[in-house]
Amino acid sequence: MKTRFWKSLLATTLLLTGIGIAQAADPIKIGSFLIVTGPASFLGDPELKTLQMVVEDLNAKGGVNGRKLELIHYDTGGNAKDAVSFVKRLIKKDNVDLLIGGTSSGDTLAVIPDVEKEGIPFISLAAAVEITEPTKKWVFKVAPTDRMAVARVLEDLRKRSLTKVALITGDGGFDKSGREQVLKLAPQHGITLVADESYGNKDTDMTAQLTKIRGTNAQAIFNFGFGQAPAIVTKNIKQLGITLPLYHSHGVASRTFIELAGEAAEGARLPAAALVVAEQLPDSDPHKPVLLAYKKQYEAKHGPVSTFGGHGYDSLMIARAALERAGGPDKAKVRDEIEKTQGFIGTAGIFNLSAQDHMGLGSDAFKLVEIRNGAWKIIE
Amino acid sequence: MLEQFFQFLVTGVTVGSLYALVGLGFALIYNASDVVNFAQGEFVMLGAMTAIALLGVGLPLPVAAIAATLAAILVGLLLERFAIEPAQGASVVTTIIITIGAAIFLRGVALLLWGKDFHSLPSFSGDAPIHLGGATVLPQSLWVLGVTMLLVGLVRAFLDRTLLGKALLACSFNRAAAQLVGINVRVMLRLAYGLSAGLGAIAGILIAPITFSSYEAGVMLGLKGFSAAIIGGIGNPMGAVAGGLLLGVLEALGAGLISSGYKDAIAFLFVLMVLFFKPTGLFGHQLVERV
Repeated sequence: MKTRFWKSLLATTLLLTGIGIAQAADPIKIGSFLIVTGPASFLGDPELKTLQMVVEDLNAKGGVNGRKLELIHYDTGGNAKDAVSFVKRLIKKDNVDLLIGGTSSGDTLAVIPDVEKEGIPFISLAAAVEITEPTKKWVFKVAPTDRMAVARVLEDLRKRSLTKVALITGDGGFDKSGREQVLKLAPQHGITLVADESYGNKDTDMTAQLTKIRGTNAQAIFNFGFGQAPAIVTKNIKQLGITLPLYHSHGVASRTFIELAGEAAEGARLPAAALVVAEQLPDSDPHKPVLLAYKKQYEAKHGPVSTFGGHGYDSLMIARAALERAGGPDKAKVRDEIEKTQGFIGTAGIFNLSAQDHMGLGSDAFKLVEIRNGAWKIIE
Repeated sequence: MLEQFFQFLVTGVTVGSLYALVGLGFALIYNASDVVNFAQGEFVMLGAMTAIALLGVGLPLPVAAIAATLAAILVGLLLERFAIEPAQGASVVTTIIITIGAAIFLRGVALLLWGKDFHSLPSFSGDAPIHLGGATVLPQSLWVLGVTMLLVGLVRAFLDRTLLGKALLACSFNRAAAQLVGINVRVMLRLAYGLSAGLGAIAGILIAPITFSSYEAGVMLGLKGFSAAIIGGIGNPMGAVAGGLLLGVLEALGAGLISSGYKDAIAFLFVLMVLFFKPTGLFGHQLVERV
């Protein structure tokens, strides 16, 4: 805050004394608003670290079209109201050329009206389907939607002829959105839900709900949730002597889950981003080198990678390519070029955007993995 | 159906014993000082997290557990000495606010020390479920139950049978009178904080293998423990134990028989009903205000 004040004071002084800075050396300004503190900070923290790392890296390599990139960042703390005012400030006061951010779907959806009104390219890092459906002129996103994760699980259930499924979900936004997708997609895959239980994400015991599930004729259990709760569900299932196949969401594709659930997690299946299982991909997969390169770069500086940081990488690389093709930060041109992104290999998958599809990821974004001997194994 | 009911009961009693231990801590400090210590949940978290950290550096589980309990007791004593004692003579509300501040401080320290991740402790005696009729019980649940019963028994004996315990109780009835008959109220206060911290820490260590722990795990447990103390009649140690068990069973039955979504609502509704119809708690002694 202080340095910002001094910087603006300096800038004002420079302007007043008529010194000014040459136009050509002006950096391209990228505005970001992420959730770096608070409960969702595990999403926004790696995103910010990645954005800073990639900007530094690109600048060291000479920037974009000979101009340096400048990242202007605000922390929303997960408060959608703050996100809106920060976006207004980024557009009107900081005069940024492009927006990247909106860690949560809530933050993203809240700022869309302003983004559309002001006409500035915006790449969101959040997952909700509603962000790009229906398509909005200035809004793009790089995170795969939960619908794709749900579809991946339902396909596998169908393949194994497990058509009677018990659903158990948490009470967070992620969980609820996932639950809606399951309810919507299950009939299309010929799957009947025989139970629909929920738990609080801070609950410490889910045996009551699972006992109810044990009393149904379910052939498999699908737990859509994240954080520590799914690990407790997994342990409770074991504790109750339930031996049904267990599926989780991509929300638990982290080392922490395996550490917490321990042996009880063996055999559980879940859709995971390719980044998590990068080493296991065949060498012929064009996706592999991108993933390994990002992973190596990030881990050298900050410790274990997360798919969320990967979204930061994807958004910035798409933006860079669009800026290069547009020949400068002209907002309308950059928007058009982002929309024309074809065959870009990012950490989340291969992006092919179009006027109808502002995300551009195919169903290959998620790999179905099984937990075996405390590690993920790709199942195809 | 009966089988399911029995399973709910097992779950409820396990979770309930935990609430009971936390509630007992609330009651002890309330007795000694009329203050609701909102850092009680943080003692639970500290116990669990310290044990996990000590285990991580290679100490055997029993040693780590005992050391973590001692560490939490030390934190409890330090809290009393450096946050509560300097505010002696301040109103009860001020002191309660100090404990809220202490809770936030402890949470912050834990966040800096151990990060935001959840951590787990291995079960004391394996993860193989034990079948009891139609229900299954984890060996860890038996540990929770056993140790809780033992601790409650010890606290009870301490309060009823020892001079020190009686002195502590005397403080709760009338602090001025206690001081007049030669009880060192300040020492009693330290004793209450140390004891509560120790009880909280043990609860945390017992439950960590089942529910995991993180820097903010104490918030919800503290709230539930507080509810337990309220249901039992705050200031009545054995009432808090009964309140905890009742709360746990109610939650489990609510989740199992009605709806899992309303689990917490059912528990807190019960607390409200108790406050409504019997404000002194189910086992609280009637307050008589002399005019």
